[in-house]
Amino acid sequence: MNLSDLWEILSLQNYNTRVVVLSTTILGIATGLVGSFLLLRKRSLMGDALSHATLPGIAIAFGLMTSWGFDGKSLPVLLAGASISGVLGVLLMLAIRHTTRLRDDVAMGLVLSVFFGLGIALLTMVQEIPGVSAAGLESFIYGKPASIILSDFILIAVVSVAICLTTILLFKEFTLLCFDDGFAASQGWPALWLDIALLGLVTAVTVIGLQSVGLILIIAFLITPPTTARFWTNNLSHMAILSGVFGALSGWLGATVSALYQDLPAGALIVLVAAALFIASMLFAPARGVVPRSLRQRRLRHKVARQHVLRAAYEILETQCDHEHHESPGAHLVDNKPFRSETLLAKRTWSRRSLHKTLRAEQKLEHLTLRPDGTVLLSEAGFGEAARVTRNHRLWEAYLITHADIAPSHVDRDADMVEHVLEPELVLELERVLREREAWIAMPPSPHTIPNH
Amino acid sequence: MTWIPEDSWIVLTGALCAMACALPGCFLVLRKMSMMGDAISHAVLPGLATAFLVTGSRASLTMFLGAAVVGVLTAVFTQWITRLGNVDQGAAMGIVFTTLFALGLVLIRSAADKVDLDPSCVLYGAIELTPLDTVTLFGYLVPRATLVSGIVFLLNLGIIVALFKEFRLSAFDSGLADTLGFSSHFLHYLLMVMVAVTTVAAFEAVGSVIVIAMLIVPAATALLLTHRLGLVLLLACLFGASSAFLGHLGAITVPTWFGFQDTNTSGMMATAAGFLFLIVWIVAPRTGLVAQFFHKRTDLPDLPSQGKKARPTASR
Repeated sequence: MNLSDLWEILSLQNYNTRVVVLSTTILGIATGLVGSFLLLRKRSLMGDALSHATLPGIAIAFGLMTSWGFDGKSLPVLLAGASISGVLGVLLMLAIRHTTRLRDDVAMGLVLSVFFGLGIALLTMVQEIPGVSAAGLESFIYGKPASIILSDFILIAVVSVAICLTTILLFKEFTLLCFDDGFAASQGWPALWLDIALLGLVTAVTVIGLQSVGLILIIAFLITPPTTARFWTNNLSHMAILSGVFGALSGWLGATVSALYQDLPAGALIVLVAAALFIASMLFAPARGVVPRSLRQRRLRHKVARQHVLRAAYEILETQCDHEHHESPGAHLVDNKPFRSETLLAKRTWSRRSLHKTLRAEQKLEHLTLRPDGTVLLSEAGFGEAARVTRNHRLWEAYLITHADIAPSHVDRDADMVEHVLEPELVLELERVLREREAWIAMPPSPHTIPNH
Repeated sequence: MTWIPEDSWIVLTGALCAMACALPGCFLVLRKMSMMGDAISHAVLPGLATAFLVTGSRASLTMFLGAAVVGVLTAVFTQWITRLGNVDQGAAMGIVFTTLFALGLVLIRSAADKVDLDPSCVLYGAIELTPLDTVTLFGYLVPRATLVSGIVFLLNLGIIVALFKEFRLSAFDSGLADTLGFSSHFLHYLLMVMVAVTTVAAFEAVGSVIVIAMLIVPAATALLLTHRLGLVLLLACLFGASSAFLGHLGAITVPTWFGFQDTNTSGMMATAAGFLFLIVWIVAPRTGLVAQFFHKRTDLPDLPSQGKKARPTASR
């Protein structure tokens, strides 16, 4: 293969390649859109059951058409058969779920295996019809995009566009159905019919996808792009669009690669491209990817650890002042003086190593200086930050005591969790709420005794 | 229709296979993992292909190992994606098994010149050819597939009888099992290994259509009839074995009504299992469609108190 071949295929100059690549790309958009809702409805494997359930329909349609003397392999007829038995499978699934104790997954597995078994049995039978070759039917199981011709492409394109339009029209309703079907029903939406409409769209998209990726792998087209898109955004309409884009990308790249390497199965290549996109997104997508998320969590953990050190330091300074002035806690200003770093160790359950790591990190931020005689001195900025953190902690404690009825002896741990994420607006709100209650003081005293070591 | 000794071997093999699948299948159904059987049976394809490409032979043992390893990996990968990526378990399962299956197809096709490994043979199986491949056991000629199915059945039976209490507890309340000191994690992976080994052994013998069906359908049928776990296991085995018999009977009789010779036995066994489910679904006492109709739906099946005595149900 030389470069001009490669260019010819990538730029869709070859007629056959053009039809195949365009079909799988359009199909990718449609499956991506519909699949998003299927994923959010936690019914991803429904597509799997449905695609297996189409096999008996294909076999019966082929058998009937051939025995009546028509061309059994005409695509629209086979797809009509596939849709009918697919819909039958879906209705059976819903019926099993509603009339027995068995759950969704059992209903899916049941319909899948029994319909597929029946399909295999029927397919073996119709292959015996004398004088007719049913050889092409197997391509519905593994998919054979290369067999797509212009009329098939038109069928795929028309159905895909219809599916996309319907999905866009029903976008709001499907969103409601996915997030809270009980609420949708109580608002007067026909939730059951919407559910059936969604499954109808899934059936349609599955049936037209059979020819290109096959009934075992079409499920990947329905699941993988939406799941990939989910890592990139928390917004449903963005997710649906991205999912369509990922679907189109997998279809385009997969079909192109299979045009380059003729002997590799195209359906499988499309699935592998989609899977590669999935793995990359799962690891690196900024919104929900594993690596960015663990980096964020690490940063938060460090910030929390640093704030804990600062608050502990402030409370130590406070206790020192109390001892010197022999007064009630919080009744005076706290002086910033050096204190022994050993005293920090007893304030919390932290190891010497992690404490020193955090202290060094704080020193780098110029919040404090570790002095050679084993004492710690907060800088001006560090002291201000320590006061702010402690104040947030106490404000939250006070709020919990007055408004959430939490006992003063238990409030410390609860406040510990929340204080690090208090936004400035929230602090203002807390101040406002608490000011209505009692005389306001700049640094509220701790509502519980601070353990003194 | 003529019934020859070979037919008996086929039915026996199918029945042993069905029972071997039905036992772990009951726990899959109870633990909401019914689709795992489907996933594993598709996902083992690259394991088979790799084992073949590495060793260059179709020796059963290496193929078996390769497939079993990939089968367990399917469960592990699904768990990872579910936990790490915060993805719905069904979706994770779907992504893992389709990717592995696609990988298997590519591997097989790229080595097509030297591989005599047909993906459709893996799917449909060739249970009809069972009696042709025999081994000698205690001086008798026994089909190899029958022997393999029998061994797997006894293995599964042994594990489940030995760990019955632990499995029951972790199926219904894995949290309680953990606090009592039975690692439900370990039991989960033990179950996955059982499913993988059973799947591989069975589809080598009879094709994976039977496996997927027999993992779920007999267990679901039995669950319609009773809540007692021991009885569910027993009934599931019974339904599995009867579907094997009915399936083969159907495969050699039903097609003749329409002027065909015969059809795929594996497919018909799955169909027969579905047929038995349909009958039980309609006529089951108390929970069947007929009974529900006559009770005017006052006794909905998912309420915890059914019949005279309130009994804890399978669902939580």
